[in-house]
Amino acid sequence: MAHSATRLTRFNMTSLALGLAFLYLPIVILVIYSFNASRLVTVWGGWSLRWYHEFFSDRAMLDAAWMSLSVAAVSATLATLLGTLAAVGLARGERFRGRALFSGMLYSPLVMPEVISGLSLLLLFVALNAERGFWTVTIAHTTLTMCFVTVVVQSRLATLDRSLEEAAMDLGCDPVRAFLLVTLPLIVPAIVAGWMLAFTLSLDDVVIASFTTGPGSATLPIRIYSEVRLGVKPEINAICTLVIALIAVIIVVASFASKLSSARGESAAPL
Amino acid sequence: MSARRIFARPARFAAIAPYLWMVLFFLVPFGFVLKISLSQTAIAQPPYTPVFDFTEGRAALAAAFAQLSFDNFRLLLQDNLYILSYLRSLVVAVTSTVVLLLIGYPIAYGMARLPQRWQGVAMMLVIVPFWTSFLIRIYAWINILQHDGLLNQILLALHIVSAPVVWLSTDSAMYLGIVYSYLPFMILPLYATLSKMDASLLEAAGDLGASPLQAFWLVTFPLSLPGVGAGALLCFIPIVGEFVIPDLLAGSNSLMIGQTLWLEFFTNKDWPVASAAAVALLLLLVPPLVLYDRLQRRQLAGGR
Repeated sequence: MAHSATRLTRFNMTSLALGLAFLYLPIVILVIYSFNASRLVTVWGGWSLRWYHEFFSDRAMLDAAWMSLSVAAVSATLATLLGTLAAVGLARGERFRGRALFSGMLYSPLVMPEVISGLSLLLLFVALNAERGFWTVTIAHTTLTMCFVTVVVQSRLATLDRSLEEAAMDLGCDPVRAFLLVTLPLIVPAIVAGWMLAFTLSLDDVVIASFTTGPGSATLPIRIYSEVRLGVKPEINAICTLVIALIAVIIVVASFASKLSSARGESAAPL
Repeated sequence: MSARRIFARPARFAAIAPYLWMVLFFLVPFGFVLKISLSQTAIAQPPYTPVFDFTEGRAALAAAFAQLSFDNFRLLLQDNLYILSYLRSLVVAVTSTVVLLLIGYPIAYGMARLPQRWQGVAMMLVIVPFWTSFLIRIYAWINILQHDGLLNQILLALHIVSAPVVWLSTDSAMYLGIVYSYLPFMILPLYATLSKMDASLLEAAGDLGASPLQAFWLVTFPLSLPGVGAGALLCFIPIVGEFVIPDLLAGSNSLMIGQTLWLEFFTNKDWPVASAAAVALLLLLVPPLVLYDRLQRRQLAGGR
């Protein structure tokens, strides 16, 4: 009787299985359709790489993909740098003036509707007379994604055993060296995970990029979006599958990094 | 303790660069939105008359203040289009959040009941779609829902319907897209509170004669309320301003506020009105944002 309250019931299993099926089936179907030889979605024309060929000979699409990858790489790097610094400030800075504003500014973009963030950044760029293109999108994405990096790194810092840093300082390290030699190696996996999250978020964004980019420099999601509005095109299935494959690789690396992180955290604890 | 204090100073120093970045690229831009929402529309590039120029000194500034116009906000209140799209955004966000809770809770609950070593796998499986491009996942649904798509093919083959059903450009398609996209945001905070729950509480409830259902309603559910709150806010706030999902999946006869803002900005090139709509949307979101910020901070403080 007592155990029935905590046991894994059939209802639990069913809801879990249905939930996961709901999350994954559409993606699986999309990937399968990307290999469909037929132009019509209704007809299965056999397996084919035709739409992948089409993508790799589509100059405009390739340019957009390149633009997206470079924006994602640069903005993720900037965001990781700034986000890690912000996380250290929040997790280790104790109380300081403007802390509430700081954390507020860092948490609200996580849920802020993208139309507002996009519009406000565009108005800033217009006021600054900045030429819109690669750098404006990169700055916009850095601003959004550094908040995610901050959350990831800050939660790692919060669970870290602070006595390690204190011991290093008792043994004569100044705070900066204690951070670089003790703390940083322990949070590297979280930083790596943060970079990858920032990269994928940047690669995904349509709305903010639409506001902040200029004519002639569309990102991949902007191009996909304008194609999708006109209807389903098999080539888009292929592009989407390639993006999913790229993200899958990133996820594997990130989860490996976080596994490394927890393993290290355990081995470091008895020290 | 003293080592902590020594550490705090360089840590605060580290925060300077991100602080300045966020002030410049997050806070200041809102000032511009506010400023332009108060200016007049102009047929020029940029399509508004500047309210004031920082270089012209105080007298010009005072003159400019006299010119501030609330016309754009008056328009928002008078034109049914805006009021209707605000209302629609609220209705869509509330409905979706409720549906997300109803679907997300059993999934999170199931996850929390899994044996320890499977919980990590299940969590990974829920997080992966969050990493996968959101646009691509919406597109995947268009593949399935279109006129000759998979869903209609299956329904026709099973003789459930006799003619293809129109799924795309309907509200049901939009709700499906929203629920699909935001499900991980709902599951993860719920799972976080449910998995931390002390199982002995449920056993105690059982020992005292509560049925599993009673134990759930009287113990589990009340204790999971912080997770319910966090998940609901995490979904509600961005859904109110959602643009891509309603644009791709819903019909064009009733717009959400994000779509109206987009239309004013990109199609009508009326930047002041778009800015006014953004300010109004932001005002609408301040209470849930403050609530969310408080929950976040409490959780981070609890985790320490």
